[in-house]
Amino acid sequence: MEKILCKAKNMLRTDTINPVIENKSLSPKKQTISFNNPVYIVSSMSVVGQKEGKGPLKDYFDIVYLDDKLKEKTFEKAETIMLKKSIDGAIKKSGLEFTELDCMIGGDLLNQITSSQYVAREYSVPFLGVYSACSTMTESLILGSILIDGGYFNNVVCSTCSHFATAERQFRYPLEYGCQRPPYAQWTVTGAGSMVLSSKDNGDNIKIKQATLGKVIDFGTSDLNNMGAAMAPAACDTLVALFTETNTRPEDYDFIITGDLGKLGSDILRELIREKGFNLGKNYHDCGCLIFDITQKCYQGGSGAGCSATVVGSFILDKLKKGEIKNVAYLATGALMSSQSCYQGETIPCISHAVIIERC
Amino acid sequence: MKNSEQTKRRNERYNEYVKSITPLSSTLKSLFHAFLIGGTICILGQLIAETYHFFLPDLDLKMVASYTSSTLITLAIILTGLGWYDIIARAGGAGAFLPITGFANAMSSASMEFKTEGLIFGTSVKLFSVVGPVVVNGIVWSTIAGLVRLLWSVIF
Repeated sequence: MEKILCKAKNMLRTDTINPVIENKSLSPKKQTISFNNPVYIVSSMSVVGQKEGKGPLKDYFDIVYLDDKLKEKTFEKAETIMLKKSIDGAIKKSGLEFTELDCMIGGDLLNQITSSQYVAREYSVPFLGVYSACSTMTESLILGSILIDGGYFNNVVCSTCSHFATAERQFRYPLEYGCQRPPYAQWTVTGAGSMVLSSKDNGDNIKIKQATLGKVIDFGTSDLNNMGAAMAPAACDTLVALFTETNTRPEDYDFIITGDLGKLGSDILRELIREKGFNLGKNYHDCGCLIFDITQKCYQGGSGAGCSATVVGSFILDKLKKGEIKNVAYLATGALMSSQSCYQGETIPCISHAVIIERC
Repeated sequence: MKNSEQTKRRNERYNEYVKSITPLSSTLKSLFHAFLIGGTICILGQLIAETYHFFLPDLDLKMVASYTSSTLITLAIILTGLGWYDIIARAGGAGAFLPITGFANAMSSASMEFKTEGLIFGTSVKLFSVVGPVVVNGIVWSTIAGLVRLLWSVIF
């Protein structure tokens, strides 16, 4: 009897300790994933504020609000409404019914990502709240693509937003407080961007082909105003991983676009990536530099989660739709500090996720 | 251990590089702007004082000074409410920050900003959020100065 029990125990042990898992595609060293099943971007909607509406990309945005407060009581409420407008608009443009929507993924810059949560309560759709600072859009797109690629969902809406006034209040000073900014500062974009991902195409043929997940990188910068310099190493790390793992060169992409490094950050990225043996040519752009004009006094350019979401959702997707460009490497970059951590002597950890968008 | 040493060296090298290419505002230009704006505020103060002195000749000089400060504070608060003071301060820097108008701007902007959270949890709690350091330092250093003076008079 004892022998039998012992045998049974051993059998159990061998079964549980050595489970046979053989999946060679899941190599732990790899950051880049290729989607086997097609994930289409079927529609997008960009809603921006007044200052962005006067910038060089004004004709591409879907809605431009002339009043950043939208006649609401608080700026937070205005931000929520902007986000809702962009989600509603994107769903409407995609031709889907609200009932066909399977999941919503989104986040923003405020504490507890309140803007996104408050919008999500208006829909009775499963919601995944994500926070990745200004790279929230790419993180949402990656998660959405994984859900669709895995066959779990058919239609996912990814969204993010930021607002100059709410970000200022949370990270810096009261709006009307007269303080000088250093010339290397950036300007938070007021805007919301949404994209609908679907397993079925609507004729535009714009696909998310690959994605590179970023690592948290910290090069020891601690200046809250110099976000470009803090985030450039993260963008560099992700770009190098993308190039080496997919065996591509910067020239293979029609557009390589970073989220909100600003002018200074883009220059640093060019230099950093040169040291790694890659050269970013004329196909490299930064959303922060594109969204504002030099005359708009935005220092190094735009920043914020809404920056890359609105630019890619309007300008870049438009170019893809028209066939002017075939593929885009879109890397949003995020600085993951809080308003307290830097005063506590911490440096700024940063992240950058990339997605490859392609028109086939 | 070696790894962290390497990271430290990499970070130092990177921060030096960042420092070398980060554009800085020109000191001379900033000084000139601060002088211009700060000087204008001072001239304005003097003008207000002269006006009080002219219309209320019985007032002693100490009272004229308090009246002038109050007027400047009121003006700064009105300008803050209209959204103009931050434009002036962006150009003037310390010239707009150091005079009493800067203090008024810091307090009124905070009270405007946090009005949305209500009178108690918004305005009352956050009113000193920007000027707090000024108030605290003022009290601490004046206490120290008072103590030093007291000690001085006791010893000598």
